[in-house]
Amino acid sequence: MREKLIYILGAVAAILLARNLYSIFMVLPDEASQGMIYRIIFFHVPAAITAMLGAGVTLITSVLYLLTKNLKYDAISVAVTEVGLAFLAANLITGSIWGRIIWGIWWTWDARLTSALVCWLLYAGYLMLRHAIEEPTDRARISAVFNLFAFVDVPIVIFSIKWWRTQHPQPVFWGGGSIDPAMYLTAVLNLVALVLLGVVLSLIRLRQEEVQREIDSIRRYAHAV
Amino acid sequence: MEFFRQTLVIAGKDLRAELRTKEAINAALAFSIVILVLFSFAFDPGEQETVDMSGGLLWIVFAFAGTLVLNRSFAREVPNDCLDALVAAPISGAALFLGKALANFALVMAVELVSLPVFGIFYNVHWTARIWSLLFVLVLGTWGLTVIGTMLSALTVNIRLRELMTPVLVYPLMLPALMSAMLLTMQLIAGKPLGGENEIWLRLLVVFDVIFTALALVLLETVLVG
Amino acid sequence: MSAVAAEGVWKFYGDYPALRDVALHADPGACLALIGRNGAGKTTLLRIIGGFSKAGRGQVRILGNDPRETATRRRMGWIGHGISVYDELSALENLSLFGRLYNLPDPHKSAMEWLERTGLERVKNGLVREFSRGMRQRLAVARAFLHQPSVLLLDEPFTALDDRAIAVLQRLLREALAEGRTVVMSTHQLREALELATHVALLNRGKIAFSGARTAQMAADPGWVYAHYDEA
Repeated sequence: MREKLIYILGAVAAILLARNLYSIFMVLPDEASQGMIYRIIFFHVPAAITAMLGAGVTLITSVLYLLTKNLKYDAISVAVTEVGLAFLAANLITGSIWGRIIWGIWWTWDARLTSALVCWLLYAGYLMLRHAIEEPTDRARISAVFNLFAFVDVPIVIFSIKWWRTQHPQPVFWGGGSIDPAMYLTAVLNLVALVLLGVVLSLIRLRQEEVQREIDSIRRYAHAV
Repeated sequence: MEFFRQTLVIAGKDLRAELRTKEAINAALAFSIVILVLFSFAFDPGEQETVDMSGGLLWIVFAFAGTLVLNRSFAREVPNDCLDALVAAPISGAALFLGKALANFALVMAVELVSLPVFGIFYNVHWTARIWSLLFVLVLGTWGLTVIGTMLSALTVNIRLRELMTPVLVYPLMLPALMSAMLLTMQLIAGKPLGGENEIWLRLLVVFDVIFTALALVLLETVLVG
Repeated sequence: MSAVAAEGVWKFYGDYPALRDVALHADPGACLALIGRNGAGKTTLLRIIGGFSKAGRGQVRILGNDPRETATRRRMGWIGHGISVYDELSALENLSLFGRLYNLPDPHKSAMEWLERTGLERVKNGLVREFSRGMRQRLAVARAFLHQPSVLLLDEPFTALDDRAIAVLQRLLREALAEGRTVVMSTHQLREALELATHVALLNRGKIAFSGARTAQMAADPGWVYAHYDEA
């Protein structure tokens, strides 16, 4: 059942991505001031949004784990966090590439990039913490609590870095500006495509996590006998 | 009332144990002085530059040295399985947390209050211009560090590679409190008063402290008892 | 009402059941010896009863209430694998500390009393890290008994005790049982445990293989229960 879901969603995501890639590279014109490179925004922004959605999901599943002690919520937490971290890394990397082309620098401490980096570190910490705990129930509980702390910290981090940057201005990576309606549709569709991709990857990772748990318990049986 | 009485019992126990061995506090003091010395070589600042970076430098010293103390908080309960006795005792998780946090706070403040004059001497900075405001910021910032550090000490009490893990986990969480404290400290040392433009940072510190203290008080029991 | 009761207790590590449908009870004044091989789940079960970890399924009650309730914890005494006293504090400081945590009316007096009863009054101001192993064990016993708990949970208490400490512990346990307190202890030391036990339960790979009153035959031949009920 879940396998079918993975295939269907995967297929939809692939079709959307194909359509979008065609649109992005073949149809849409170059942007006035930025030239070719602006196209990266179609991936840069949806990647961030997907990652944020992931953070929201893991908050809910962490709380649900602490309330119900059902390990399936823990499995969802780790699967979605790993995928979300990958998307956030994609966001950072695409942002860096964009900055290199437009500003000539790989990195600057502008508010959004810095916030993304710190959030990435927070959730990478979550994964590192998990790696250090062998016992599954302890691991689920401890990492769920850490996830709560990390999630509560995210808005505070974003706000404080934004305020810091107004006092120490750096080149701002993303100017404001409006989006041409033709581009808007593609942007939204790519967001949908990336979110679907995120869901598919999470489901695959979730399946792997469940299989791992089964193997662990079988190993324990074998040792006990 | 029982809650506060037990909090003080725990705080007293931690302080007595630490002051008897002085392991963590000596390490923290030594570390802070070493960082202050190293920075003078790394940056060799002029007078105005020193004031500009004072906030950043001081809070890096406080955060790094303070973590040495904060890590010990629950780690000291591991030998002899003392943590079992504390979990079995009729004391709430919140009281246990608060007691340890208070003891940690006192120890880290002590390290900071020694580091400040040393900083002033080494870098030839007059830092007492707005001393009461500075102490106020020190208290708020240190409490933020303490809450996060104590909680992470509890989270990592039973895991392997605990000492390696904690810096990675602790500093990103502490970042907003550190930033606020750095900025406010820098401005206070430069002689500017609290309020006005930097009031937002003061408020951020308070919000940070309140939110994470509440979260820690509520969650400690869950962390310790499976 | 049982002093200690476990019903339908399961404990999972991941998906693996370390304890399977365990039922156990001890009446007030009883001494239950929980025996079983290494890895059978004795410590796991005892820690769940003591409130140190939660059962995956099932229920545990001490004196009719949840073990984690403050009132229950006040009446429970625990000796685990570690001595649970602080190396850098003195014997007296340790006991006074726990006296205050347990809100005893006169912590200092109780501490002195139990130092005497465990033969440690002469080293009361010595730091625990300077103590011999036997002295450390006796202090652990003093700590567990200090607040006059109604229920004592002991995890392999006789392991690594010297003769003097064993004698002290046995004496104190006999006195406690005579006063109507309840003892549940897991043990490998069958002889010492079966002398005191009124009931025996055998845990085998997470399941209770035998549970019943201690018979004269068991006391005479400590291996009897294993021989008859333990699977290989």
